[in-house]
Amino acid sequence: MSESRNEIIQESTSQPYKYGFVSALESDTLPKGLNEDIVRAISAKKQEPDFMLEFRLKAFRHWQTLAMPRWAHLTLPDIDFQDIIYYAAPKPRKTAKSMDEIDPELRRTFSRLGIPLEEQKRLAGVAVDAVMDSVSVKTTFRAELAKSGIIFCSFREAVREHPDLVRKYMGSVVPYSDNYFAALNSAVFSDGSFCYIPKGVRCPMELSTYFRINAAGTGQFERTLLVADEGSYVSYLEGCTAPQRDENQLHAAVVELVALSGAEIKYSTVQNWYPGDKDGKGGIFNFVTKRGDCRGDHSRISWTQVETGSAITWKYPSTILRGDYASSEFYSVALTNNFQQADTGTKMIHLGRHTSSRIVSKGISAGRSQNSYRGLVYVAPGAENARNHSQCDSLLIGDKCGAHTFPVMRVKNRTAVVEHEATTSKINEDQLFYCKQRGIGEEDAIGLIVNGYAREVLNNLPMEFAIEAQKLLQISLEGTVG
Amino acid sequence: MLEINNLHANIDGTPILKGISLRVSPGEVHAIMGPNGSGKSTLASVLAGRSEYTVTSGSVTFMGRDLLALPAEERARLGIFLGFQYPVEIPGVSIANFMKAAVAARRAAMGLPELTPAEFLKQMRAAAALVELDPKLIKRAVNEGFSGGEKKRNEIFQMAMLKPALSILDETDSGLDIDALRIVSQGVNQLRTPENASIVITHYQRLLDYIVPDVVHVLYAGRIVMSGGKELAKDLETKGYDWIIKSLN
Repeated sequence: MSESRNEIIQESTSQPYKYGFVSALESDTLPKGLNEDIVRAISAKKQEPDFMLEFRLKAFRHWQTLAMPRWAHLTLPDIDFQDIIYYAAPKPRKTAKSMDEIDPELRRTFSRLGIPLEEQKRLAGVAVDAVMDSVSVKTTFRAELAKSGIIFCSFREAVREHPDLVRKYMGSVVPYSDNYFAALNSAVFSDGSFCYIPKGVRCPMELSTYFRINAAGTGQFERTLLVADEGSYVSYLEGCTAPQRDENQLHAAVVELVALSGAEIKYSTVQNWYPGDKDGKGGIFNFVTKRGDCRGDHSRISWTQVETGSAITWKYPSTILRGDYASSEFYSVALTNNFQQADTGTKMIHLGRHTSSRIVSKGISAGRSQNSYRGLVYVAPGAENARNHSQCDSLLIGDKCGAHTFPVMRVKNRTAVVEHEATTSKINEDQLFYCKQRGIGEEDAIGLIVNGYAREVLNNLPMEFAIEAQKLLQISLEGTVG
Repeated sequence: MLEINNLHANIDGTPILKGISLRVSPGEVHAIMGPNGSGKSTLASVLAGRSEYTVTSGSVTFMGRDLLALPAEERARLGIFLGFQYPVEIPGVSIANFMKAAVAARRAAMGLPELTPAEFLKQMRAAAALVELDPKLIKRAVNEGFSGGEKKRNEIFQMAMLKPALSILDETDSGLDIDALRIVSQGVNQLRTPENASIVITHYQRLLDYIVPDVVHVLYAGRIVMSGGKELAKDLETKGYDWIIKSLN
C-alpha cells in the first residue's frame, strides 16, 4: 500500500449519509426509563390481552437478572437503559384505513426513503409494512394478500385479531429468556410485523418491512414473527434507516421464523442504520436476535443479509434444523467503514437427520473498523448424515481496519460432513491498477471489486433489492480513498 | 503524439530507466526489444502511470499534455492503453460490467454521450469476434479461470472496445501458441488506423512477423542503444543481443 493512499485514507471523509434527515412529526411518547410501570403502560397503550402483559412482565423480570453480554469482539460502551424512551409513536396513533388518514409528513418521510405508502406507486409485486419508531404506520396490499389467506399486518393488529396464532408461535423460536437483548425486547417491544402463510400457499409477492427510527432519544424494539405453514413459500425483505444524530440509539429486535413441513422461507435484510460519522460519533447500536426454526421435515430457511449500517452490529441469524431433510443457508455481506464495529455470523443447529446447511460470509473492512465473523455449526448426536459447508472470506481495505473469524464446530455424530474454508485478502494494487489503466477511477474501482467479491451473496437477493444493495455498498465505501 | 525525453525512473531507489528518448507519431508501430531486465516492462508501466515507479527526471508529452502529471486513470481516458503481460483476475466482476465502466469513463473524457445498451452490446460482439473470443466469456468474471491465450485475447478485446490513441502491448506474445499469436496479431493489425499508434514490447522477433513495425528499438540497461527498421529485428533473431552489447563496450 503506497504512502499516498494511506494519507488519503486517513484524511478521508465519509459521504453524507443519505437517509440522515429528521421528520417533523409529533410523537406520542412515554417517559424515559424502564420499570414495570413502563412495561404495563406499553401493554395498555396497545390494549393487549393478558397473556401479552404476562409475557412482557416475565421477560422484564428475567432481564433484570441478566448482565449485558460482553463476549463479542466489540468495544461496548455502557448503555444507560434508564436514559432511553421505550415507546414513541407518530401521532395520530390510530391505524390508517386509507391514505387520507396518514399524516402527510409521515407519507413524505417514507417517500423520501423510496418507500411510497401508496400501493399504486409501490414496486410492483412487493407488499410493505412500514414501521416508524415504535409502531407500524401502514401495511400495503393487505386485502390482496388476504385473498390467498395470507395474513400480513402489524404485530399489534395480529395480537388483537389473531391472538391464537401469536400465542402459539411467539417466543417459540426465541424464548424471552434467550439472551439479554431478547429479554429486553420481549419486555418492551412495541410493534413489528406479523405474517402467516397458510398451507400450500405460495405467496404471490415479496413481503417487506421497512424500519425507520425517527424520534430522538428512543430505542426501537420491534418483533417480527413469520410462520410458513406446511408446503408454503414466502420471500421476505427488511430494510432499515435512521436519522443522523450525535448520540447513539439502541435497536434491539427479535425475528422469529417458523417453517413447517415442506415450507420455505427466504428472509433478506438490507441493513443501513445510521453508522455514525467519520469520527465514530453517533450511530445505531444494533443488537438483534434472529432465528428460524425448520420445524417440519423438508423445510427450508434461507437468510441473506447485507449489512452496511450501525455503529455496532451484534447479530447472528441462525437456524434450528429440527425436521429431517431440513436445509438452511446463510449468505452475508457485512461492510464496516470508519469506526464501525460488527460482530456477526450465524448458528446452524442440526438436530434432524439428513439436514444440510451452507454458510457464505463475506466481510469487508475499511477505515478503522473492526469486522468479525462468529459462527457455530452444531451437529446433535441424533442428526445422522448432517452436512455443512462454511465459507468465510474477509477483505481488507487500507491498513487500519481489522477482520476476525471465530468459527466453532461441535459435531456429536460421526456421520456428519462439515467443511470450513476461510480466506483473508486485501484489495490488491494489481487489481486497482488494472482498473485504473482502463480509465476507471480508484473509488469506482474499489466499488467494482467489492461488488464482485460480494456477488455470490448479492445474487441471492430479490432483483430490485440486489441493485439497491449494490449501490449501498458503493455509497458506504465512498470516502475510503478520499 | 508521444514524446519521451531523457526519462529516468526508479523502483525502490534502484534506477531502471536511465535516459530514454523516443518519439512516436500517429500511424506508427514501434517495437521495443531487449534482453530480460533491460527495462522494457518498466517503460510500459511508467507510461501507464503505475505508482510504484518514481520518475526522477525527464519528461513525457502525450497529445500535448504532460503525461507524468496525470494519474493512471486519466492517462487511460486520454487514450493510453496497456496490454498487460500478466492480466489480473477480478473475481465476481463480469467483463461486460468492467467494460461498461471503462467505456463510460473513456467516452465521458472524450465528450461523447453514453452508449445505448444495444450499441454497447453490438460493439462487444464485434470486438469479441475480432479476436475470436467466445462471447460466453463476456459474461464471466474478468480473467477468472481464463487460459493464458484467453487472457491475452481479452486484452485485445478491451483494446478494440476502448479504441486507444496509443496502445502499449507488453509481451502480448508471451505464453501464446502459434494460433493464438496469429489471432491476437490479426486483431491488433485490424485496429491499426492512420490516427493511432502502437508500442509493441517483445522478446522475440516472431511477433514482428505478424505485427510489422516501422521502427525497432533495442533497450539495454535502461537505455535505447540502437534503433533501426524492421530488418533490425531479423538481425537480433539470428545474432542475439551480444553483438550490440559488445559494440557498446
